Amino acid sequence: MKLELRDVSKRVGADIHIHETSLVFEPGAFNVLLGATNAGKTTLMKLMAGLDMPTSGQVLYGGVDMTKAPPQERNISFVHQFFINYPHLSVRDNITSPLRLAKVRPEEIKRRLDETADLLRLGPMLDRRPHELSGGQQQRCALARAIIKDSSAVFLDEPLANLDYKLREELRSELPVIFSNRGAVVVYATSEPAEALMLGGYTAAMYEGHVSQFGVTSEVYRQPANVNAAQVFSDPPLNVAQIEKRDGKVNLSKQFNWRARGVAADLPDGAYTLAVRPHFVRPAADESAQIPLHGEVRVTELSGSESVAHFNLGKDIWVSQSDGLHPYKVGEQHDFYLDDTRCFFFGADGRRVV
Amino acid sequence: MAKIKLDNIRHSYFPNPKSDDDFALKRVHFDWEDGGAYALLGPSGCGKTTLLNIISGLLIPSHGKLQFDGQDVTRLSPKDRNIAQVFQFPVIYDTMTVYDNLAFPLRNRGVNEAKIDAKVREIAAMLEIEDMLSKKAAGLSPDNKQKISLGRGLVREDVNVIMFDEPLTVIDPHLKWKLRSKLKELHQQVKTTMIYVTHDQTEALTFADQVVVMNFGQVLQVGTPQALFDCPEHTFVGHFIGSPGMNVLPAQVKDGQVWVAGQAVEVSSSLESLPEGKLEIGVRPEYVRISDTGVEATVRNLMDVGRHKVLETLVGDIKVHVVLGENQQVSSDRVHLQFEPANTRLYAEGWLVDLQHEFEEV
Repeated sequence: MKLELRDVSKRVGADIHIHETSLVFEPGAFNVLLGATNAGKTTLMKLMAGLDMPTSGQVLYGGVDMTKAPPQERNISFVHQFFINYPHLSVRDNITSPLRLAKVRPEEIKRRLDETADLLRLGPMLDRRPHELSGGQQQRCALARAIIKDSSAVFLDEPLANLDYKLREELRSELPVIFSNRGAVVVYATSEPAEALMLGGYTAAMYEGHVSQFGVTSEVYRQPANVNAAQVFSDPPLNVAQIEKRDGKVNLSKQFNWRARGVAADLPDGAYTLAVRPHFVRPAADESAQIPLHGEVRVTELSGSESVAHFNLGKDIWVSQSDGLHPYKVGEQHDFYLDDTRCFFFGADGRRVV
Repeated sequence: MAKIKLDNIRHSYFPNPKSDDDFALKRVHFDWEDGGAYALLGPSGCGKTTLLNIISGLLIPSHGKLQFDGQDVTRLSPKDRNIAQVFQFPVIYDTMTVYDNLAFPLRNRGVNEAKIDAKVREIAAMLEIEDMLSKKAAGLSPDNKQKISLGRGLVREDVNVIMFDEPLTVIDPHLKWKLRSKLKELHQQVKTTMIYVTHDQTEALTFADQVVVMNFGQVLQVGTPQALFDCPEHTFVGHFIGSPGMNVLPAQVKDGQVWVAGQAVEVSSSLESLPEGKLEIGVRPEYVRISDTGVEATVRNLMDVGRHKVLETLVGDIKVHVVLGENQQVSSDRVHLQFEPANTRLYAEGWLVDLQHEFEEV
């Protein structure tokens, strides 16, 4: 069943929490709402689920206006960041509770329980109580309850945020597989760009109550329509600078300028906002990263398989992200190299120049 | 400031432990250098909190000794150990101002007000909370409350060690990276021995010069971030560090050759005098290539993570990840995998076979 928002907005007093938004989610599609804390992800989800009422606009399920219908009439599931299970019930009874409520036949309950427990690898734990499970298993139990009832829409509000990162990695790659072929509209809120990319499907980039862009996840990432969408989809933060295109050159400052090529070569002379993702600013020159940017290393971070350095570039702080563990020293002078062909340029209206 | 020696420490909650399994914390034996930045990294239940409690004095180990600068402190109470601790959730006095909160640990020890003022302002500047000094702590955001907690931990110069127990849990993800690197900078300025307990690899690797990776109640490896990535000494370390972690596949050795899923595989490990037990190879996704020959695998999922792609394959029922280039395509459901020999290692019962175990008498 298709889920559609038509000019939906939400106001609380004088504050606009959601600006007028229209979106169409196709049945069976995995949709991500991506944005920082307070971007409006949860609010928008609650409007879709019927847990909150929009100030204006319509919410349609399969073309039927359900704006004023309570959640229980919408055939939906909602999974929260904090996994909610019934502590006094076994895992089995937790998972099957929606079906028992709906008076589904016992043999049908049994069939669906086996299928769901298998999918979420909860088979051996059905007789335990939730508190006897690990965090990841508890969240899988909550997920199992959400998918056992064949909902038309499943809402997942940062469901992995409270799990260890290894569990998060594991469930993240499983979720799209779990939901594929179920026909439900899945809406998944997250503040992590990497999570959105791994989940794939479609992404709505949200910024301060606006949907800045909605489309196929990898396209929103690779072809952001505006600065906000590019920003929302960048972790570590996007590098942004005001530049001037003049006489065939891109001028970032007096010190840093280069001969325009690619998209930059076709830009009419004038002022633009340049944005480039941190992994196109590298710690050493290579065949594609050729433009030297000299700065002082301010902050460094190492994760298991990559390094991040924040450095001063004039008055701005820029970020470089690279594979492997690079031994930076805070305070050292370092030449970073920009891949200028991977820069985005935005005009005065904030829209990307193509 | 102090050098901390963990001398054959073990802990069991049973009165007469018989086997290794009876120990919540198996034998830990190493030195923490004066002024070092250390992290204890591992999943929940790995034993890191038990170890932390032994160092802070909340728990007396059933076996072994703890020394600060050569002095036996095993049975000293926490307050006699002269340590500072920062917890997962802010521990501050809501009714006091930020200034008084920071000054509290110093006033408690009768430091004169002029010195207190200088120190409070120095710490506030480091944490960028100078503009809040006169505010009541009650009205602050959780992030700022935790910053004050950190400040209270850092304000005393005379402590033997500062311990951080998952200190960034309550911090908003978008501010985490700032505080993460801030703590590293603070260590470089104050040079006190610091121990940072976390289950998050980025926090551990960013903060520490030496990371202690724990699981199953034991220390699996102590090393620099680079060493943990390049040469995991236990399959769990390889799995836990890195995203996705190291691939681990069952292996056999026959006729001086390693075999994986019916294919001969070259490894960097020596095959001489192999220990007994289950054999596996470990290779990071960064060092797996798709090729015309090699170990056969089924393609399960291709994830575009922006900078590169991660291919999830199955060899039998074992998941194997491959890091692919941004523009690399996979056209078939069946692929062959090649493992870079220099970065493919052999493990026996989880442990790297090249390791020389040096067991001292207990």
